[in-house]
Amino acid sequence: MKYESQKVAYWFFAAAILLLSLQITYGFIMGFARMGYDGLHEFIPFNTARATHTNLLVVWILLGFMGAAYYIIPEEAQRELVAVKLAYAQLISFLLVGVVAIIGYHLNYWEGRKFLEIPRPLDWLVVVNVLTFLGIILTTLYKGKTRTTTAMVLAMGLLFAALLYLPGMIWFDNQTMDSFFRWWVVHLWVEGVWELIMGGILAFLLIKLTGVDREVIEKWLYVIVGLTFLSGVLGTGHHYYYIGVGKIWLIVGGIFSMLEPLAFLAMALFAVAMYRKGEKRHPNKLALYWTLGTAIMAFTGAGLLGMAHTLPQVNMYTHGTLVTAMHGHLAFWGAYGMIVFSFITFAMPNLTGRRLYDTVNGQLAFWLSNIGMIGMTMAFGVAGVAQVYLERKTGLEFGAVQQELEVHFFVLVLTATMFATGIILYIIEFFRYGSPQDEAIGMEEDLKTIY
Amino acid sequence: MLSKSQARTFFLGGTAVTFAIFLGLSWNSLVNEVPAQTNAHLLNAEVVRGKALWEKNNCMGCHTIFGEGAYYAPELTKVYERRGEGYIKAALMSKVPWAPRGRKMVAYGFSEEQANDLVAFLKWAGEVDLNGFPPKPDVKR
Ligand code: HEC
Ligand code: HEM
Ligand code: HEM
Ligand SMILES: [Fe+2]
Repeated sequence: MKYESQKVAYWFFAAAILLLSLQITYGFIMGFARMGYDGLHEFIPFNTARATHTNLLVVWILLGFMGAAYYIIPEEAQRELVAVKLAYAQLISFLLVGVVAIIGYHLNYWEGRKFLEIPRPLDWLVVVNVLTFLGIILTTLYKGKTRTTTAMVLAMGLLFAALLYLPGMIWFDNQTMDSFFRWWVVHLWVEGVWELIMGGILAFLLIKLTGVDREVIEKWLYVIVGLTFLSGVLGTGHHYYYIGVGKIWLIVGGIFSMLEPLAFLAMALFAVAMYRKGEKRHPNKLALYWTLGTAIMAFTGAGLLGMAHTLPQVNMYTHGTLVTAMHGHLAFWGAYGMIVFSFITFAMPNLTGRRLYDTVNGQLAFWLSNIGMIGMTMAFGVAGVAQVYLERKTGLEFGAVQQELEVHFFVLVLTATMFATGIILYIIEFFRYGSPQDEAIGMEEDLKTIY
Repeated sequence: MLSKSQARTFFLGGTAVTFAIFLGLSWNSLVNEVPAQTNAHLLNAEVVRGKALWEKNNCMGCHTIFGEGAYYAPELTKVYERRGEGYIKAALMSKVPWAPRGRKMVAYGFSEEQANDLVAFLKWAGEVDLNGFPPKPDVKR
């Protein structure tokens, strides 16, 4: 690292992986409930476990994005963050809001709107918090010496993500309207502005790891985010097929969402091409693994598995089944989980001054978590296809179908254990690095050469 | 070859155009389609109270409605047609977890009025024109 204030990123990363472990715990609660072992039902019914699972997911990813931004922006703007203390306060208050929300979910205090369960009063606290974050980032960028494309794309993604949170806060009496605007948050986040954030982080990592010229990387960054919005905005229509709005969305949503994988394909080709083009190999091999892995897994989970159920003719049958859960897991992990892991893996040596560039634990963490997640995706996928056939094609009753599916959740829990083992190893490595050190400031070049 | 400024123009231009079309189509949906397809005139106080209960208790954390929600419990869009009022009220008013097929619902023990409101909401939901969803089973067993 070059600037002292970048150290704040470390605490965001630590918080992120802590929340990930809690998320996984709640995942297991649901996995077991689906196998028929619902002993916790009295205290943690399925809806509590689910809301906790998905909200922790969103919060740890956002913490990862914020940490990455606090690390990237000073370097790109060439100055310390303005208001470092405020950044720490922002982290603590963000966690507090999260804890209150999650306690609330255990006491039936929430709003039953998938992914947006946080009650409106707490939403306002989130808004204040995110404004503080944006204030720090944008002011630093404004006062900085340089404003690079990478930094601008990242900042733009963060700003739009904040703005798009607002439509989710409007109250409607009509379920269809509720759903319509819920997607302005959920879809336009994951298939729009979050891809800008991801693209910005990916560009930064590739510049650092491959040594390819910034101008080349940033040109392709524009192409990628261009493809994202060109397809993703009208692609929102793939959620409007069957919620009570017109048939025009079947055509618009079908065509444009089929184009969405192009942005992820471009990202994968881009990462691999830059890797091959780069002459200076960075010694942080694990960071390279994670970065290339992200590009490939995101294309698989979001691009290919998204495409698999996005045509209206297919979605008519798969809509709201375990097929969606299959895609949701690999897409979230492959794109956003992995980009956060890539960044942490890249940043830790620079923050702490220690080199754990290519350790056995680190390698195992990478392979076990990814193979485990692919296994989980397959378990959900097989269960999903069976569910679609039995329930939607032959008309067997929901409850009867679910009994047939229990065995697949045994496989899910097994593969999830593999995934979780990988994550535990990753956390062990994280702690082996220790806390960020002042001595590490200005050491980045040395860390690269003395290997 | 493409230059960086051409790439930027592609990004900004593409975004502006698709976003404008998206806003236009959304406006058309909300003003012209939603009122008719969702029978907005049938959204009476009972239905609205039912929807509030639906949200307050996060029923969507186990069930789907219009195909959105969780995959742990039955799709409820057509439940009024499938089970009828009496059955639904039995599930909602039960003081022990409702689970005739083995998987447990939360034992809400709703009052008669609350159950009526939720039934009104589910009945309304069942009449919304969803472009053919849920599909009719077409494979013979
Ligand atoms: C913890 C998960 C859970 C929550 C929360 C939940 N349900 Fe259920 N519900 C179930 C399960 C499981 C069944 C199926 C029980 C069976 O048939 O064995 C069910 C069945 C039903 C049925 C009958 C459906 C049918 O086709 O047989 C209705 C109606 C219903 N629930 C409404 C609601 C409403 C309204 C709420 C919110 C106030 C709600 N449920 C919350 C799990 C849940
Ligand atoms: C990283 C990017 C992506 C992530 C994180 C993601 C995640 C998700 C999640 C969590 C859902 C469930 C949402 C809900 O019901 O509330 C979902 C639904 C869906 N996704 Fe994605 N997705 C991504 C990209 C894509 C792409 C590129 C496509 C299409 C090519 C796609 C197609 C779909 C479709 C059609 C649904 C609706 C499923 C249904 O009808 O139940 N997704 N996605
Ligand atoms: C490792 C253990 C995990 C287990 C056992 C697990 C299990 C589950 C289960 C059972 C559901 C509910 C599906 C339903 O409604 O029936 C779910 C939902 C979800 N999980 Fe996980 N999960 C795990 C980890 C993860 C991870 C690491 C991620 C993301 C990076 C993730 C993302 C999601 C998402 C996005 C949903 C909502 C899906 C949708 O609505 O379509 N999960 N999970
Ligand atoms: Fe989408």
